[in-house]
Amino acid sequence: MIKFILNDREVSTALPPGTVLLDYIRYEKNLTGTKIGCREGDCGACTVLVGDSCHDRLRYRSFTSCLTPLGNVQGKHVVTVEGINTEGLNPIQQAMVDESATQCGFCTPGFVMSLAGFCLSDKLPTQQNAIAAIDGNICRCTGYKSIERAAARVAQLLEDRNGTEPAEFVAQQQILPRYFASIKERLHALAATASPNGHASAQEVQRVGGGTDLYVQKHTEMVETANHFLLDKSDLQGITREGNRCVIGGAATVTDLAESAVMQEFFPEFRPYLRLVSSTPIRNMATVAGNFVNASPIGDLTIMFLALDATLTLSDGHTSREIPLRQFYQGYKLLAKTPDETIASIRFALPDERTQFNFEKVSKRTHLDIASVNSACCLSTRGDLITAASVSAGGVGPTPMFLAKTSAFLTGKAISEELVQEAAELAQTEISPISDARGTETYKRLLLSQLLKAHFLTLFPHLSPQELLQ
Amino acid sequence: MKNIDSGNHTTGKSLYLDDIPLVAGTLFGAAFISPVAHGHIERLDLAEAAQHPGVVRIFTHRDITGENQIGGIIPDEPLLAEHEVDFCGMPIAFVVAETDEAARAAVRKITAEITPLPIITDPRVAQAQGELIVPPRTFQLGDPERAWDQCAYVVEGSADTNGQEHLYIETQCAYAIPEENEGLKIYSSTQSPTASQRAAARVLGVPMHQLEVDVIRLGGGFGGKEDQANAWVALCALAAHHLRKPVKYVLHRLEDMQMTGKRHPYSSDFKLGLDKDLNIIAYESTYYQNAGAAADLSPAIMERTLFHATGTYFIPNVKATAFSCRTHLPPNTAFRGFGGPQAKFVMEAAIAKAAEQLGIDACVIQKQNLNKTGDEFPYGQKAVSESHACWHKAETLYDVEALRQQVQDFNASNTVRKKGLAFMPICFGISFTNTSMNQARALVHVYYDGSVKVSTGAVEMGQGVNTKLLQVAAQTFSINPSRVRLQTTSTNRIANTSPSAASATADLNGKAVQLACQAIVQRLKEVAAQELQVPEAAVELRDEKVLVHGEETALDWKKLVTAAFLKRISLSEHAHYATPEVHFNKATEKGHPFAYHVYGTAITIATIDCIRGTYTVDAVKVVHDFGRSMNPNIDRGQIEGGIVQGIGWMTMEELLYDHTGRLRSNTLSTYKVPDIYSVPKEIAIEALQTDNDNLAIFRSKAVGEPPFMYGIGTYFALRNAIKAFNPDSPIGFNAPMTPEKVLLALYPQPATGVKVTHAQSVSHVAVS
Repeated sequence: MIKFILNDREVSTALPPGTVLLDYIRYEKNLTGTKIGCREGDCGACTVLVGDSCHDRLRYRSFTSCLTPLGNVQGKHVVTVEGINTEGLNPIQQAMVDESATQCGFCTPGFVMSLAGFCLSDKLPTQQNAIAAIDGNICRCTGYKSIERAAARVAQLLEDRNGTEPAEFVAQQQILPRYFASIKERLHALAATASPNGHASAQEVQRVGGGTDLYVQKHTEMVETANHFLLDKSDLQGITREGNRCVIGGAATVTDLAESAVMQEFFPEFRPYLRLVSSTPIRNMATVAGNFVNASPIGDLTIMFLALDATLTLSDGHTSREIPLRQFYQGYKLLAKTPDETIASIRFALPDERTQFNFEKVSKRTHLDIASVNSACCLSTRGDLITAASVSAGGVGPTPMFLAKTSAFLTGKAISEELVQEAAELAQTEISPISDARGTETYKRLLLSQLLKAHFLTLFPHLSPQELLQ
Repeated sequence: MKNIDSGNHTTGKSLYLDDIPLVAGTLFGAAFISPVAHGHIERLDLAEAAQHPGVVRIFTHRDITGENQIGGIIPDEPLLAEHEVDFCGMPIAFVVAETDEAARAAVRKITAEITPLPIITDPRVAQAQGELIVPPRTFQLGDPERAWDQCAYVVEGSADTNGQEHLYIETQCAYAIPEENEGLKIYSSTQSPTASQRAAARVLGVPMHQLEVDVIRLGGGFGGKEDQANAWVALCALAAHHLRKPVKYVLHRLEDMQMTGKRHPYSSDFKLGLDKDLNIIAYESTYYQNAGAAADLSPAIMERTLFHATGTYFIPNVKATAFSCRTHLPPNTAFRGFGGPQAKFVMEAAIAKAAEQLGIDACVIQKQNLNKTGDEFPYGQKAVSESHACWHKAETLYDVEALRQQVQDFNASNTVRKKGLAFMPICFGISFTNTSMNQARALVHVYYDGSVKVSTGAVEMGQGVNTKLLQVAAQTFSINPSRVRLQTTSTNRIANTSPSAASATADLNGKAVQLACQAIVQRLKEVAAQELQVPEAAVELRDEKVLVHGEETALDWKKLVTAAFLKRISLSEHAHYATPEVHFNKATEKGHPFAYHVYGTAITIATIDCIRGTYTVDAVKVVHDFGRSMNPNIDRGQIEGGIVQGIGWMTMEELLYDHTGRLRSNTLSTYKVPDIYSVPKEIAIEALQTDNDNLAIFRSKAVGEPPFMYGIGTYFALRNAIKAFNPDSPIGFNAPMTPEKVLLALYPQPATGVKVTHAQSVSHVAVS
């Protein structure tokens, strides 16, 4: 039995926990404000909010309900557009109306929900942050300028929030219905009665993290198979520091990574890179470990952590072992992992003051797109000398690649334009890109070369672009 | 006035087809489609699928009780394949089951044995093999053959534009519900209720009066739900007709992208001649339209390409020829601009090429050759032009000299980023080019409590037409808009409708509403004159009051309506409007096909990152010819949306069909449309407000399609930026300008040898 709060009502369902939330909302509960646009997390028409209690704070995040299994909302608060409707329009809706930010209207509830999610988050109330909240919503009619204007108005609604907890503030100010003020207690009460997700039998079980790729690739099977949900497992949470290492829990999401205090302290530049990874709702659901296990040759996080030389701790529930991420990929979608093993945690060395990191990604659309080619680079230097180098690249072979030869070549050399050009040439011998929907082979080869140059131009601004780009 | 639907849209209360509460016993359909682009069906095995739990029946062409034909202009498109499949995604069978899941699961159990036949995907290849949808057409003005001798400069070249997926967020869908006496009520997400009704009636072999098509609203259309909505209506109608049970089919996104046609890709040749003063003397263009496997609306789209061959320019000697080429892609169809943007791109490419050869800025040639009032279009109509007014206003308002200087300064001081600036003047004819379609009807009821209900043939798809129609009724009656309600679009209320298309929906239906309201007003005035015992000419209805010689009386709107009813005066009117003045002779290819033209000028500035090949659009600054906008909120939204859709077509939206005719960019993860971060940082829109009389409703010019073409400016701005980095770049004219094309244009690569492909990686990129 899955139990959760749907808008202001507690609900329970005996549907298979692999059922997607979207179908439950629309076809079981007849809440038709949540729309179906693509069923692959790419349009945002089905966006809902999912609230849970995290360190005794009520935390809301936007999810694309098309990729959310019911099993991942057990004991939480699910909010659809019907759940934020008030007498008359709420101020978010009013802002959309005032700015004529809706035309055919089909995408509109998704935008409204994402903006409501912004109001329920503790992000600074700026237009920029409000727009960031709707980066996963596609509108084909308006051209977005009116939506940008509405987002600015929504940000203004929160100007006087100061330190008040967001859910309390929006209820007080009647930005969202008053029942939001009582959700925290109701979730606690629910937690006391609801059982956590049970452990399914070890055999033929599909492990599900955020589900953001599994539900795209094999939607039908996911509903029917016995799933083992990892997202809320307490032993897989958290991003912590252990000495000079960072430990990321197997269920930590990309948003968790972006918001982690450890990452922000040691990796202030990391957050902007993560904005290039998918969209807000997908980052809210997708786990770092899931990106690794998915084994996409262009997985953004995989590429980042290959350069950071991360180590995985794999566990089958009884024993655990460690394996470097660089040895995890044995072929296309072929992992050095038994079916029983899951990634329990990820470790990597935090960079010291002599180490710099850069991530590059080019896709047809800069945001919410899969890379044509991506690359990460981690360099330690002493003066002009590279003391350690590690370069990774995606989209240029059947697996996400650590460019071992290129990295070895750079190590011990003095930084110069010629060195970078030679490295870019050497990298060409390590890769085997193919022509596909993301670009031709010729393009991908050229692009990787350019991205390697981009790493150096970004990290070492004294290099001459004219010479480098010749 | 805001869009009347916007409150319901933001609260999720607006109803779309999939939100209509299900009638008990509703069954669900799903199509089995051809996995290959061309072949002969040897065997179709339905046995296993038929045994799947929940399956009620599987329909094939053999079950069609009427004609297996849904072609609108030309009867060349079967609803369900018989012996041959002509495109990947062509429906072969239609499974109906108790649940959506069961129907789809059963579809996966159907197998077909298909002998492959040769596949054509390139329109030039099709033309060479004589595979044409209709005979080619040529529009001609002056004597281009002789004009070349007078030219000081002549350039030739080719220009290609790819297609465009509509990507309405609501996928195609239909829901047919049996009524008594063999009737069917069919909900559809169609821009063309009558076309859907006609197609279904033909397939069932029943008179049109047996079917009602009802449209609440569309979650986006853009032309993609004009003729392309008919197949689902016909399939659901066929199943409901046989089973006498409600049948619903909502396409999944993957199905929708695979099965439906898109904007036509064009491959074109041009030749442009100028005299020494840079006047364009002659222009010759040849268009190879990739029509896909069946005609759909291709002949009409090809015709509009010819109408817009010269864009916004006056050229005295023109020869424009178009071929509609049959290939094995899904039948391509209407999309905002309807062949006009494709022609416009070729014209602008020709000018850009000429400018490059002459070493001048393209805008010098553009400005010099803008049309003027009285200039003749190649199709014989004389221009009533605002092109100079728009251009001049844009130049001064946006201080083009300063903008140009900024771009130059930026380029001089930056090595890894370059900016480009381009002008894009537009001129777009308003009316269906098929003259007979320029008609509309409206049904207006005034209830005796004074409330009003309006029905028309217009379909609301986000363009705000219902809001404009409501304004027409409220203004004509001079009553509070809250008294007026719009009805859904039903073939029972309004018959023989033209599709909501060609930007003309508000004009045609608005004029019909106006006529209906005026007729009722006339009768009400007669009643008021009798009641007040004054001459009818002295009576006026204003702000819900009845005035006599401008003075208020005891009568108001409500009392007057009641009085009229008690006197047994009709409070309803069904009015008909046909656009005057329009005509066209296809034998001579001359006439006056358009009620009027819409003009405008956009200035686009874009920046490219010369390391990565990525880019941003800094600004699109527009002066647009509104006539006199009756709803600036809605019209501004149309312009902003049109610009961004046009930019998408010119930049990131890339349809990829492989040589086997399979769409490789068939999901939202592989086909990218603009998101909020990829739109121009600034879109400035200034009205060129004119008080000239025109045939638009309330003189508020049509605004749906014209702004789309401002997006073409982005292509040329990017091109200029590329040239600023690499003046020797061999870049031609081939849209869209993806980051790949930019990077390869910045750093031209020698051609490489054989490409290795390992199939696994292809499946990874979600190309299934």
